[in-house]
Amino acid sequence: MTRTTLKGLLLATSILGSAGLAHAEDVTLTIDSWRNDDLSIWQEKLIPAFEAKNPGIKVKFAPTAPTEYDAATDAKLAAGTAGDLITCRPFDKSLALYTRGDLAGLNDLSGMENFSDVAKAAWTTDDGKTAFCVPMASVIHGFIYNKDAFDKLGIAIPATEADFFAALDKIKADGTYIPLAMGTKDLWEAATMGYQNIGPTYWKGEEGRAALIKGEQKLTDAAWVEPYKVLAKWKDYLGDGFEAQTYPDSQNLFTLGRAAIYPAGSWEIGLFNSQADFKMGAFPPPVKNAGDTCYISDHNDIGVGLNAKSAHAEEAKKLLSWIASPEFAEIYANALPGFFSLNSTPVKMADPLAQEFVSWREKCKPTIRSTYQILSRGTPNLENETWVESANVINGTDTPEAAAEKLQKGLDSWYKPAK
Amino acid sequence: MSKARISPVRSGFVHLALVAYTIIALFPVVLTIVNSFKDKNAIFRSPLTLPTGSSFSTVGYETVLKQGDFISYFQNSLIVTVVSIFFALLFGAMAAFALSEYRFRGNTLMGLYLAIGIMIPIRLGTVAILQGMVAAGLVNTLTALILVYTAQGLPLAIFILSEFMRTVSDDLKNAGRIDGLSEYAIFFRLVLPLVRPAMATVAVFTMIPIWNDLWFPLILAPGEATKTVTLGSQVFIGQFVTNWNAVLAALSLAIFPVLILYVIFSRQLIRGITAGAVK
Amino acid sequence: MSSATLSEDGTTIAPRARRWHIAVFLLPAFIVYTAVMILPLIETLRLSLFNTVDGHSTFVGFSNFGVLFGDARWAHDFWNALKNNTIFFAIHMLIQNPLGIALAAMLSIPNLRLAPFYRTAIFLPTLLSFVIVGFIWKLILSPIWGITPFFMDLVGLKSFFSPWLGKPGSALIAVSLISVWQNVGIPMMLIYAALLNIPDEVIEAAECDGITGWSQFWKIKLPLILPAIGMVSILTFVGNFNAFDLVYTVQGALAGPDGATDILGTLLYRTFFGFQLQLGDRSMGATIATVMFLIILAGVSLYLFIIQRRIRRYQF
Repeated sequence: MTRTTLKGLLLATSILGSAGLAHAEDVTLTIDSWRNDDLSIWQEKLIPAFEAKNPGIKVKFAPTAPTEYDAATDAKLAAGTAGDLITCRPFDKSLALYTRGDLAGLNDLSGMENFSDVAKAAWTTDDGKTAFCVPMASVIHGFIYNKDAFDKLGIAIPATEADFFAALDKIKADGTYIPLAMGTKDLWEAATMGYQNIGPTYWKGEEGRAALIKGEQKLTDAAWVEPYKVLAKWKDYLGDGFEAQTYPDSQNLFTLGRAAIYPAGSWEIGLFNSQADFKMGAFPPPVKNAGDTCYISDHNDIGVGLNAKSAHAEEAKKLLSWIASPEFAEIYANALPGFFSLNSTPVKMADPLAQEFVSWREKCKPTIRSTYQILSRGTPNLENETWVESANVINGTDTPEAAAEKLQKGLDSWYKPAK
Repeated sequence: MSKARISPVRSGFVHLALVAYTIIALFPVVLTIVNSFKDKNAIFRSPLTLPTGSSFSTVGYETVLKQGDFISYFQNSLIVTVVSIFFALLFGAMAAFALSEYRFRGNTLMGLYLAIGIMIPIRLGTVAILQGMVAAGLVNTLTALILVYTAQGLPLAIFILSEFMRTVSDDLKNAGRIDGLSEYAIFFRLVLPLVRPAMATVAVFTMIPIWNDLWFPLILAPGEATKTVTLGSQVFIGQFVTNWNAVLAALSLAIFPVLILYVIFSRQLIRGITAGAVK
Repeated sequence: MSSATLSEDGTTIAPRARRWHIAVFLLPAFIVYTAVMILPLIETLRLSLFNTVDGHSTFVGFSNFGVLFGDARWAHDFWNALKNNTIFFAIHMLIQNPLGIALAAMLSIPNLRLAPFYRTAIFLPTLLSFVIVGFIWKLILSPIWGITPFFMDLVGLKSFFSPWLGKPGSALIAVSLISVWQNVGIPMMLIYAALLNIPDEVIEAAECDGITGWSQFWKIKLPLILPAIGMVSILTFVGNFNAFDLVYTVQGALAGPDGATDILGTLLYRTFFGFQLQLGDRSMGATIATVMFLIILAGVSLYLFIIQRRIRRYQF
């Protein structure tokens, strides 16, 4: 009897296995992505909009948990089972895929003319000649605050560093709210929401970033150490046990109204809108002295490229051209407030918080995260080290100077700036 | 064989110790299940209370069940797990018998070779395995997963079973041989029944990593028709997911099937033991 | 059942001319295992002797190993991971296995009421996926959720609470204890099965000699289950030096804070598959994997060739 059961099971296996091939008349395109959270937006809005215009092409959005995405995509590309379209991480990760021949060049793709060189920068070869992913969205850093709390305590939006700490002191003295909702457990919060958020103000955005790549500045220079000094002061305003506070903890602290200020990325907007039951506002990283130019991190975050071995390259290109169109930008940016379109055609957004964030593009100088381009190509990896050191500085295990020194030493060990 | 020889006091202490550890073992699980039935505010503000009329909510389960065909995911997980265990146990027991019963040249070496698999994580072979499965046309089939899990389960099964088979009496086996039983009959009719407790134990150990594996379903069979439960619920467990209702509901749902499988094997274990006692 | 003659292992079987059945017994396992596991792994480990030079994969001999041990940063990461892994293993040997033996001993008391319930309950954590375990314990130990502080407050120890998972000094111990919590079911079940294997005659004979209770456990049962304890120890060793998932789900791939919980498995994962902006380096990853394999192989060989042969094994 065991044998018949077994036979049955094996039979079931092969039937289930072949079920995937059942309807093969339409071309089915698969998009590999790490954006779990976007699944319903693709299924309900984007895919129907595309399929209505392109009969005969079916699209499947196949997200993987973000932590598994890169390793899984790598393996699938190597074995030839990856999706037709691959969602692109910015800069070197995707560049490596392109140089290895896994991603196709997209210079001749219709729709690429909708993007400026800056928008394409994250997915272009070092010589600037070939683009290999269609830019989808960027994210902007800043601070989201609990408006009710600010009104209650009579705090105005802080414009300068001194204002900012005065506001934190006031919130702390009142005691109702935790001043800053941030933890160091997951490391990247400290680096991304902390260092990369306030840093550009001190290293003057693109100016400092370019100088660092050229080797004219060092991470041990005052402009790069100062943000760490400021971060070290944040420690006193974080919640109890922030060393073990995870990223979801921070989000929950803020959306449940227990914290006043959340060092943010604009991608939080969608979630916060749905979960917080108080009014929220946002402000850009405070400047050092009143009247200084403000700098924001407006970071190219997500693009989509063509698997060079796709069996349906023509159809996939149609989909890519559509993703490059203003129509896509409009649906996407409004469905996901906080993911800002990189399309040259301006997109009208309904969400006030998103509007606030994007309005900083007018008055502040944008830059991208300092560690992403070129500087994280070697071992030790500067981005990973920055995570660890940013957390160390806030935890107080390393001084700002010591942290900067470690980072520069790691960078020096493999990076030789082009002369 | 009633042996009521344990003093009440000592038995009291034993129960006390066991109850204490049981609480430690169960508390986190109970906490998860209890909180999966509460609304988000209640989860966060009073995690230790039972759901009350106002805080009771099944929104997490609704979110999870809306997201995919969980019945089919369960089916896939079940097929993969049961078939893999079957083959790992059968092949494993046969090899363990050969290693523990017969003296032949290269015995220890073969034992070591078959144990290598527990020393390197199979995940490292991913790319080559995937390429092999592509070549064999097995991508997106449950067969691919069954092959990998059988291979992955074998080393541990052989390792544990051969240890237990060494304790089976030689007199018994030799008596069988004198009665004219073939080596196969000795294995299937005499030895296998005697090591049933060990088989059940191995079955449980083999089952856990298979049921809970995320990696190979993701790589080898990510298609909708072959998705497993763990892969299906990973959507809720990513780094950027703060929907605690959905996370807790998905986690609770994932606990039950594996518990049921365990109870089934556990029965087998008890039956095996009692059968052994009457032999 | 044969009487308690406790004949030692080593009965020889008359050699026969052709013993095809041995091959038949071994072959299915051998084929599946070799094809699906060993060949792919060899394919990977082979990479440790290669590296990318000018865009081409080139044979470089042992120079990857030279980098791993010679380069200050690689060596620092490796020795840090090895040290943490050793502590991780020590905690399992000192807490998990004695605890498992104690639980098994209690569960195997004849006619113990509720024994199946205890057994199932205590084994339950072992059944859970790492994802669940990591998530639950992060919540329980979280200073924000307040479960642990609440309970410590009940027993008046609240001042001793600290965010253990976030402190370099305590994170590794906390993670190890979570792992013990999850895995104690394995030694428990193996020892339990071994204890049940002891024939009643042996126990009855001991009782006739007036050996009961604790001394019965120490003098009679423990020696009889020594092979099982040896097996549990080696499985713990192998499991711990291969561990990855729990640290990964609780502390992330960078195994923070400041690398305090980085073990060989997480170092290997980061190196081989890459992490965030860090690209996967198959060659160095394979090098680390090879070193891990050699460490584990040394331990297992020690067990197979020395310890296993010295342990007196009894047949029932």
